This record gives sequence, structure tokens and C-alpha cells, in this order.
Amino acid sequence: MLNPDLKLNNKLFDENVEIKPTRAGYGEGLLELGEKNPNVVALCADLTESTYAHLFAQKYPERFFQVGVAEQNMAAIAAGLAISGKIPFISSYATFSPGKNWETIRTTVAYDRSNVKIAGHHAGIMTGQDGATHQATEDIASVRSWPNIKILVPCDSVEGKKATIKASEIVGPVYLRFSRDKTPIITTAETQFEIGKIQTFWTSEKPAATIFATGYILYYALLAAKELEVENINVLVANVSTIKPLDENAVFSLAKQTKAFVTAEDHQVIGGLGGAIAEYVVKNIPLPMEFVGLQDTFAESGTPKELIEKYKMGKNDIKAAVKKVIQRKS
Amino acid sequence: MAELTPEKLKDLKNKANKIRQLIIEMLVEAESGHSAGPLGMTDIFTAFYFHILNHNPKNPNFSDRDRLVLSNGHICPVQYATMALSGYFPIEELKTLRKINSRLQGHPHRASLPGLETTSGPLGEGLSQAIGITLARNLDKKNYYVYCLTSDGEHEEGNTWEAVMFAAKNKLNNLIQVIDRNYIQIDGNTENVMPLDSLKAKYESFNWNAIEVQGNDIKSFIEAIEKAKLEPNKPTIIIAKTIPGKGVSFMENDYHWHGKPPSKEEAEKALSELKIEEEKLNA
Repeated sequence: MLNPDLKLNNKLFDENVEIKPTRAGYGEGLLELGEKNPNVVALCADLTESTYAHLFAQKYPERFFQVGVAEQNMAAIAAGLAISGKIPFISSYATFSPGKNWETIRTTVAYDRSNVKIAGHHAGIMTGQDGATHQATEDIASVRSWPNIKILVPCDSVEGKKATIKASEIVGPVYLRFSRDKTPIITTAETQFEIGKIQTFWTSEKPAATIFATGYILYYALLAAKELEVENINVLVANVSTIKPLDENAVFSLAKQTKAFVTAEDHQVIGGLGGAIAEYVVKNIPLPMEFVGLQDTFAESGTPKELIEKYKMGKNDIKAAVKKVIQRKS
Repeated sequence: MAELTPEKLKDLKNKANKIRQLIIEMLVEAESGHSAGPLGMTDIFTAFYFHILNHNPKNPNFSDRDRLVLSNGHICPVQYATMALSGYFPIEELKTLRKINSRLQGHPHRASLPGLETTSGPLGEGLSQAIGITLARNLDKKNYYVYCLTSDGEHEEGNTWEAVMFAAKNKLNNLIQVIDRNYIQIDGNTENVMPLDSLKAKYESFNWNAIEVQGNDIKSFIEAIEKAKLEPNKPTIIIAKTIPGKGVSFMENDYHWHGKPPSKEEAEKALSELKIEEEKLNA
């Protein structure tokens, strides 16, 4: 069942569940920050509306900087603003930022511990029809290897807003990852959100495995858990909204409790959520794991629904992974 | 800026000579690093730290200081030597350049050494960082100047031109860029590797105020800065023609000295040339 302590959306499993893109939460959070903190500034590289930075830009034009199609320039300007005490949020598609400007961010933000917040939008194959050029599926892997940075991946727009606001409250680099398409609202305004904490969204008696999910794919994980319960397979579902630093205490206790893990993410299975958990597990508490995600391939154009099905990242794929991992338990 | 009297100019020339000696001593001790660029830019660094900048080595972070952003971080030996001579840290520490546990990283690391405004080394990023600092200056209604030192080679980076466009669009007239136009880069002469001339025409067409100056002439350089400060609307580029390896005859204008240090014998020869120059200055 949905964890009652977290006050999640009780209409989550309704057919007409409210849907909204996680990036909308970014825009709302940034707008609220404009009011709350005069040091917050925003930059965008010619994608102001689709990154929802336009909400901030319209209300606080003196603190918004349009850099044009120039992601490297955007990152290093932000670093300069941060050196002088500002809290810059830079917005673009994740393939371009932190993709195209990877080294710029590495040097001027991560190495320097600059107080820059990088919002990577259109992450994952959920980006859909634009095709693989615009679907960021390696961004977590490439950012996660940097020291000094935190990585937040909200599961819905409500959490997206909270993550954006919380990111401004910690000093230092943060990467925020957002997706394009409308996805179900899982949490509510009352759901507690804390950077660095894994939360168990689905609980059950004597669970045989834990499904870790990050981003909107958490919804598919919850659907999978609900259907598995009917088949008398009990699991836990954990929302990993912070990938770095990983909540190692939570991973350890879930490992002790369920002794088998499935990870689910709209990202390559190399180096993302699954990689982060596997690195911890093999060092501390080895157990069987299955990885749901993009299997070392680029995707293509299509509707998000078609892509999720073709690239095996949906509810049924998560269910199959759970059954497989349980079989592998010795 | 204070008046540049003949006595002050003589003092600056002496300081530049001393800094060149320190650079040679650092590089020979480090056994790696760049020689030509630091020696070519010594007169400009001397002018900045001992005449132009509003700065305080004992309080490097005071909020109204002028900002000097070094973009082509590989010439940091000249910045370290100049900072040491002006009192940021003991001169003896220069011997730790590029060594383990040193504050003097092979390329400048802001967090390691108070007084460094940015981290640099990967080319083409400094002008953007300087722009960010200038935007913050304007938001905070401060009065300091932001100076950014760049190389000619890094004008082959797309990032540089992204920054050039942005600064002109935003009329950042308190941002003054100084380009070390020494015509050399690692693989040879810039005009062979990737032609850059005319930089003045390029910058003017990008709507910058462009000034050309002999970069090893301290007096002319200071006058160029004074002129740049009068510009009401545009960012200024000072294209400083410098002699790479300046002050050491066998290094001057030879691109092979871009990225290597002198051997012990070469360092002795270089230091003796610089000492002869020092005697001439004070004759």
C-alpha cells in the first residue's frame, strides 16, 4: 500500500490522475525563489518557455539573463555570478547543459564548488518525438562522477518545486533533472521532502524485493508493486529523489530487509541510479540486482508511451525484473 | 589611479625585472610549466598589481576591490610571482609551484589561494566568468572594474566569442579585456595554426571598443587602461602586442618556449641577462 505517513496523492491510481510535467515544478519553484531571495538569478540559452524559466524571466527581468544558444557561456557566466554572491539557476536541455558544456561546469562549478544550480530539462527518452539527440540519457552518469555536486531527480512536479527551492538553500553545485512530458502527480504539498533521503513510497508485509526508482518512472514502479501484490508478490518501492549523495543508510536497511533490488530509471543502466546503488551494494552488502533502464543503446523518435514500451522501461518490465531478481535470491 | 611619475615608472620597470627573475627561478625549480607567456605578460601584471588595481594583499576579499580574472591560466607563474612580490604570500612559497601540497597549482585554483578570482586553465572560459562578475557588480550597484586577461590562442575557442557577443549586447563598459597578442601557441604561430588577424576589426564588428597597444611598454599600457575607463557604452578590448619570452634573448619570439621550463643552465643564462638589465635600469 502507499505509505500513509507520506501523505501521497490518494487519487494516484485513478484513471484520471492529475498529470503535469516535472519541469513545471521547476518553473514554479524558481518563481517563488524570485520573491523569497533577491540573490537568486536565472539564465537561459534560448529555451526559456520549454524550461519554464519564463515565469521567473517575466516577473524579474533584471535578474534574468538570456545568453542565446551558448551553453558554455551560460555555465561560466553563472560561475562568475556565484563568485560574487548570487545564486544562479541555469536552464537548458540536459543534452546541452550539462552535456555540451560538461567541462565548463566541471571546472568553473564543480571543481570550484560554485553555488550554481544546473537545471537539465528534457531528460530521458520521455522527451519523445525529438529523437535521441534531445533525449538526455547519460547525464546522471556524467555528472555523478564529479566531486562536490548533488544530483536531484524529482518524481513529479510537486517534488520538482520543492527540490528547486531546497537546492537554493544549500551552498554549492546542484544538478536538477527534469522531464518533458506530463506525468502523474504522486506526492502532495504535505509530503515531506529532504535532500539526501530515500523514502519508501510503497510498503508491504514481508517484502521480497525493493524497487528503487528515480524521476517519473516511480509511477510505473508503484503500478508494478500494486499489480504484484495481487499476484502475492510483496515488494517495497523507494523514491530516490537524491542520487548524489546516496542515502546509504536507507539502502543498507532495505538490503537487510528485502535482500534483492530492482532499479528503474529513464537513463542508461550504466552509471545512473542503478550504478550508484550497485557500487554501494557490492562494497557493503552484496545481493542480486536487476536494472530497468536504457540498455546501452540510443533510443529514437516516438511517443513517450511507445518508447517506454519498446525500450522496456514500463510497468511490465519492472514486474518482470522483480520476478527475476526474486528467483535469483539464494 | 595614481599619477605615473618618472620615479614610479622606473620602480615599475624594476619590479617587472624582479618578477621575471622570480618566474625563471620558479620554473626551473618546478621542472615543468610555461615560460614564454609569463615573461611576455610580466609588464602588464606589474602595471596591474603595482599601479592600476584597487586591491589589498592583506585583505584580498574586500568587496569593492577591482577584479582581475586570468583566463589563460597556464601563464599563472607570472600572476603568482606578482602576487608574492606585492605581499599576498611569502616569496619563498613560489618554489612550491606545481608541487604536492602546494597552494600554487599548475593552473590557478581559486579555492587554493586567496587573491585568485577564478579557477582557470581550460581555455575560453575566463571572459564568461568575468562577465558573471560584472553582472553581479551591476546588480549590486558597485563601482569596481573587472579586468579579464586572455590569450590570443583561446580566441580559437567558440566559448570566447559567445562571451564577446554577450558582453556587447549587455553594454558591459566596466569590463576591460586585455588580450596577450603574442602570436604564439603550443603548435606554432597563431596565424599558421588558425589565423586570428585582424582582432581589432573582429572586435569592432562585434561592437566592442578596441585599443591596440605595445604590451611591454608599461606607460602606454597604463594610458590604454585610462582610455578604456572613459568608454561609456561598450566593453573594451586592449589588444596588447607582447613579446613572448620578453627579457630573455633566447626565448623571445620562439614558440618552442610556450610550454616548457628552462633547464638549470638555461635558467642561469636567463637570470644573468635579467641582472644585466637590472643594472642598466639603475645605472
